[in-house]
Amino acid sequence: MADRIDLTLKVNGADHRVSVPPFARLLDVLREDLRLTGTKEGCGEGECGACTVLLNGRVVNSCLVPAVQAQGALVVTVEGLAEGENLSSLQAAFLTHNGAQCGFCTPGMLLSATDLINRCPHPSDDQIRDGLSGNLCRCTGYAKILDSVHAAAAEGRAAR
Amino acid sequence: MIGASSIRKEGRAKVLGTAIYTDDKFMPGALHGLTVRSEVPRGILRAIHFGEGIPWDEFTLVTAADIPGTNLVASVVDDQPFLIGLGQEITHSQQAVLLLAHADRHLAEKARRAVRLEIEELPAVLDIQSSLDLQTVIYGDNNLLKEIHIAKGDPDPVWAQAAHVVEGEYRTGAQEQMYIEPNAMLSVVEPRDGALQVTVWGSLQCPYYVHGALRQLFGLSEKQVRVVAMEMGGAFGGKEDYPSVNGGHAALLAWKSGRPVRLIYDREEDLACTTKRHPSRTRLRTAFDAEGTLLALEADFILDGGAYATLSPVVLSRGAVHAASVYRCPHVRIHARAVATNTPPPGAFRGFGAPQSLFAMERHLDICARKLGLDAVELRRKNFLHMGDTMATGQVIREDLDLGGIMDRALAAIGYRDKRAAFALTNQEDGPIKRGVGFSVFMHGCGFTGNGESHVASVAGVEGLADGTVAVLAASTEMGQGKNTVFAQIVAETLQVPVEQVETAEVDTDHVPNSGPTVASRSTMMVGRILEDAASGFKQALVQQGFLVEPYTPESFRAAVAKAVATLGTLRCYGQYHRPPNISWNDVTYQGDAYPTYSWACYAAEVAVDLDTFEVKVADFVAVQEVGRVVNPTLAAGQIEGGVAQGIGWGLWEEVTMQRGRMVNNQMTNYIIPTAMDLPRMQVIFLENAHVGGPGGAKGIGELPMDGPAPAVVNALENALGALRLDEVPMTPDRLLDRCEEVSHG
Repeated sequence: MADRIDLTLKVNGADHRVSVPPFARLLDVLREDLRLTGTKEGCGEGECGACTVLLNGRVVNSCLVPAVQAQGALVVTVEGLAEGENLSSLQAAFLTHNGAQCGFCTPGMLLSATDLINRCPHPSDDQIRDGLSGNLCRCTGYAKILDSVHAAAAEGRAAR
Repeated sequence: MIGASSIRKEGRAKVLGTAIYTDDKFMPGALHGLTVRSEVPRGILRAIHFGEGIPWDEFTLVTAADIPGTNLVASVVDDQPFLIGLGQEITHSQQAVLLLAHADRHLAEKARRAVRLEIEELPAVLDIQSSLDLQTVIYGDNNLLKEIHIAKGDPDPVWAQAAHVVEGEYRTGAQEQMYIEPNAMLSVVEPRDGALQVTVWGSLQCPYYVHGALRQLFGLSEKQVRVVAMEMGGAFGGKEDYPSVNGGHAALLAWKSGRPVRLIYDREEDLACTTKRHPSRTRLRTAFDAEGTLLALEADFILDGGAYATLSPVVLSRGAVHAASVYRCPHVRIHARAVATNTPPPGAFRGFGAPQSLFAMERHLDICARKLGLDAVELRRKNFLHMGDTMATGQVIREDLDLGGIMDRALAAIGYRDKRAAFALTNQEDGPIKRGVGFSVFMHGCGFTGNGESHVASVAGVEGLADGTVAVLAASTEMGQGKNTVFAQIVAETLQVPVEQVETAEVDTDHVPNSGPTVASRSTMMVGRILEDAASGFKQALVQQGFLVEPYTPESFRAAVAKAVATLGTLRCYGQYHRPPNISWNDVTYQGDAYPTYSWACYAAEVAVDLDTFEVKVADFVAVQEVGRVVNPTLAAGQIEGGVAQGIGWGLWEEVTMQRGRMVNNQMTNYIIPTAMDLPRMQVIFLENAHVGGPGGAKGIGELPMDGPAPAVVNALENALGALRLDEVPMTPDRLLDRCEEVSHG
């Protein structure tokens, strides 16, 4: 078995080539090789959702994705949500409505919410709860997160 | 400023993903540290065997024999070793025995598994009752980590004369803080000017606790140790005392290796070995006259304190003081004990002993109301504390306290009377869903118990910066609660400048004074008050030195600060805690003003129970509280909502399952915290009654919301299901099924 495998992937619009251990996880590639540390590890078993990213447009727990499966993939992380200095509508809403407290679940929460609003531009409380049920937050009791998602949705444009 | 919902100071970095948490800090050449733990609850460590197939010469290894200073974690009582040495007694299943570090974290994990410990096992004490039985003595000569007596009047003659005496026993389980960021530490130890310099960056609530622990561990002076608090992914007390342990471990590995070391726990390790809420058992005995006036109260309050004292003495203290709750009672006897067991030591968790004793009291009062044939609302109303009344410790209520008004507001908001009436009818129907509504009334003491604030004598300050802005200098840490923002608001209010002109200095013990630990709902009220003084002194100094002329605009203030800094160089002004003249406390008799003030609340819950699955859904929740002046309504509401979520979790789902003194459900998969699907929208209502001692009239807020949800929810369960033995949390589906079967089997 090879010591390292070579991968190419496109993260937040930029092409990257990395050489990683064969059992590396996508999370490790993002955090350690690309130093995109916005994506967090909370449990390593796909329960907490802090490591959520978009992989080819789909929400995944990057701790459960073998890096090899990201070969040639398009990945969006929290670092890819803002355009320069301009926050996405969801990021701005989380800031204004106190949707982020400790902030550790926030990157994953934002990615899941981005996916939700892209699929369902004006979600109800229950649709938001369902869409974010894979992302655990211990600080907010979720109330301000629901407020944030509603506020972003009310802006009437997809979060990108 | 004060009273405005200012935007979270560090919020932008958090939504951008650029906030730097401990594991995010780039540290080239760092080794990965791991901990080898005992796995048996009690025994003598005889040997450490290093298995084959591991290049051990590449590893940094640290055992107790390596420790340069004192092998005891500095805490309330210094009884916990950092590492157990050969021939020493292992006292719980997660005891650290060996630290190892390697550049390759996969190889380090393989090495950890290759270590075999030879332990001569001893009989272990694993629960409160076995500790009390004293068949095996594991701590001192009586297994007691701490014992407290609080007495007021004399209950003994009352029991025989009272119209009603009601007794009950209540239990609460351990609870995991479950901050989403597991415990994490980085350390560098290097020579500087011919001496050692120890630096730790970590996820920690109390930089000066870790600072003190490192000094003792290495035998170093104040200047040789530096602790930096990184962005913190939640804590809730879970990073109050434990960071002294893992911070020490990281520093030992960095010292021995001469390399930077990362000690990042994975979730399973974090859950198995770090602190939890103390399990409790409370026995209550209350006497009432025929009309329901409370005549006497006796509480036997016991916490399972685990293998070492850690913070148990102070957790016990808060629990004991809260045991008599918000009720006027002439004769009170509280006997509180923290007992030792061979389990990983519990520690701080939001509420800090109060949720346990308050759960017992608020469940008990509903049961008393039923047994006395009185309404639970009116029984409480008859016995509430008012201004001028005396609490169990002899503390006189000096504020205009209206608990009846707080309760009525909560009951009206949830529709208590209408729902009770409606559910009494609908619950008669055949369907599996039974509904109920219940409530709890409670308080939470703000700041440290007793003389804690005097002992710490906190210092905080403000510093003028070259660009004319002002920085807050305090060791209080941001864990999501909003400290950065609230401190800035308090300072901005005092200086009469926009909150944007005030920032927070990095929490680095080389740069900020010891404002005390970030605990006990004390940051806003206690440290905020000191900052008010410091900012006021800062402004006065600017005026006296001729840099600032009143009245001023924010721009002229900025210019004045910039000019003063350019002229004088460093521009800092500090304040220090001074005990208010009317507060006194006796640590021996437990008499006096246990807290400078209290926050007061009534929480009400509506539940729906499915008798097919025994699942409980919280359908509605109201939280009414009087917390003094609210500094930042949006952040404050966030604190309440998050605390309520944790309280509901503790009441219904969150169960730590122990086997042979070890947590066996130490994964997020099987330790269940609430998801977005599990919680209702809640109504959060603040009644503001300014407190003279706090900044701008503020009181403490962080822990209060943990106290009320569990008894409110379980009281609602009784309303839904009738008189079951609902005496314990978490009231999981399994437990609820058992309780229902007890009734049906007679």
